[in-house]
Amino acid sequence: MEAGALSTPVLRARRNLKDRIGDPLLLGLSGLAAAVAVVTIGGIVYETIHLAGPAISKFGIGFVATNDWNPVTNRFGAAPFLYGTVVTSAIALLLAAPLSIAISIYLTELAPRRLRRPVATLVDMLAAIPSVILGLWGILVLGPFMHGTVEPAMKSVLGFLPIFAGEPSAFGYLTAALILTIMITPIITSVTREVFETVPGDLKQGSYALGATRWEMVRQVVLPYSRAGIVGGAILGLGRAIGEAIAVAQVIGGATGIDVSLFHTGGTLAAQIAAQFQNSAGLQKASLAYLGVILLAFAVIVNIIARLIVQRGSLRDRNVTLTEAEAL
Amino acid sequence: MSGGEGHALLVDRGNLKKRRRVNRLIEVSSTLAALLAVVVLLIVVGSVALKGIGALSLHFLTTPTALFDEAGGGISNAIVGSAVMVGLAALMAIPTGLLIAVYTTEFAPARIAHAVRFVLDILNGVPTIITGIFIYGLIVEPQHHQSAFAASVALAIIMLPIVARTAQEVLGLVPGTLKEAAHALGIARWRATVRITVPTAAGGLITGSLLAVARVAGETAPLILLSAIFAQGVGVDPSQALASIPIFIFQASESPSPEAHTQAWAAALVLIAFVLVLNVLARAIFARSRRRMGV
Repeated sequence: MEAGALSTPVLRARRNLKDRIGDPLLLGLSGLAAAVAVVTIGGIVYETIHLAGPAISKFGIGFVATNDWNPVTNRFGAAPFLYGTVVTSAIALLLAAPLSIAISIYLTELAPRRLRRPVATLVDMLAAIPSVILGLWGILVLGPFMHGTVEPAMKSVLGFLPIFAGEPSAFGYLTAALILTIMITPIITSVTREVFETVPGDLKQGSYALGATRWEMVRQVVLPYSRAGIVGGAILGLGRAIGEAIAVAQVIGGATGIDVSLFHTGGTLAAQIAAQFQNSAGLQKASLAYLGVILLAFAVIVNIIARLIVQRGSLRDRNVTLTEAEAL
Repeated sequence: MSGGEGHALLVDRGNLKKRRRVNRLIEVSSTLAALLAVVVLLIVVGSVALKGIGALSLHFLTTPTALFDEAGGGISNAIVGSAVMVGLAALMAIPTGLLIAVYTTEFAPARIAHAVRFVLDILNGVPTIITGIFIYGLIVEPQHHQSAFAASVALAIIMLPIVARTAQEVLGLVPGTLKEAAHALGIARWRATVRITVPTAAGGLITGSLLAVARVAGETAPLILLSAIFAQGVGVDPSQALASIPIFIFQASESPSPEAHTQAWAAALVLIAFVLVLNVLARAIFARSRRRMGV
């Protein structure tokens, strides 16, 4: 386009037909592709709400607080699954976030240079394992181990707390939360590791020169500098945990009530859809789609917040380094 | 350490031993955290390999699934079905994703490019089960039956942001001097894009596409809604629902029979090998192309 203004009539005449068609064609095609992405996201929102229509008009907003899922009486509510989603995702995040920060500290500050890339690659590979395989492993390996070893031990030590009071079982909130932890740790780690790597070396050297130990340097330089990235990465991981359907459906046990004990079976929004959508009809199917609407709202909001935090953080950091540079 | 927030480190307060101990504790636990991640990976992959290798045979790979978990069945129908769905999805998503990346890096004004990137990130954050519901409402419900085509559209939507975002990053790495040289020579924009920018970035573009294929090869959630009730035997017709490896693993994992579990492990071994090989391949190609581009 700018080229048109520059080129003399002679040059323009020599542009062949292909070139005169090529530019607008590529612009049109690529613009159309971008439009497809935008239309898709709109379609997803529209179609999910559309399928949920009957349930939305029947139950209204009270659906969110109704603790019932009964195909016989045709009464459906999202409360048990909201509870399960919040509990499993929160536990997964509480475990995965510190783990990811620790792994990133190891990978950027502690590991011998030769080991950094291989170990980082192995952690990334953990994210590549399909969730259905993690679920299979959860059913046949982790579940029995939780039932036989971990949960009885937790119960004997912490059993006075209601959340650790129930009968140990292979399937339940806790097993699902651990599977989610395995899924999101590499996701959070890849973000935190990247921001840790952007911490300027001179700031670190300055901290060491003041006599800081390695941990003091990390706490006073690396962590504050990377705060936005850490929070953003953690929220991205949370979004992934909220939306995981298959692995959770395989290990959470598919109960449709709220149970205070973490050892007991329950359900999440995504897992409930995966478990029942195929074999449901009428109001039940619409109610499952309604769960989907809630899940979609959750996931989109969480994602937008994460992106904004990461973006603001990187802008702010850039400003800080600029003003610092000016001060020097 | 609560009193000395960073500014009094030079003063010897006689707490050096404690500071060293805290430091040591953090160093050890960070190392253990990294070790834990690697060990979990080894345990999961190891379980799959150990429990799957026994049932894995040429017969298992070349025989269709038997009725009712009978021993003697295989996963040839699931392999073919997965190939059809993932192949169709790749055919839809890879060209579209590359075009989106070309649009945002070569044509779009900064604000629109930013908005498209934002939409792709949101799309990437949509739970895959929701993508399944979308395609269910769009294709399966009007047609009154599941189909491999419906499943492949859902997989394509899941691939799209992965392909487009990695392609955007990679096209952004192409040295500006190359494009400027092309413009200086009076080469039309589309020709410069097709002949110079895209080939320069080819390694990275292939990497992104391979990672996207690896990601959807194991995707299960949308398939449960879109292609889970299928006829016996090997099928290739995308207008019908087809078997797939993830659905095979999912259904066998829910079964109480130990034979089904053994088959699930063997199918998981096939899937995990495919996914990990694609990942390693993608990384190798990317490393090579980065070296060649001198980035």
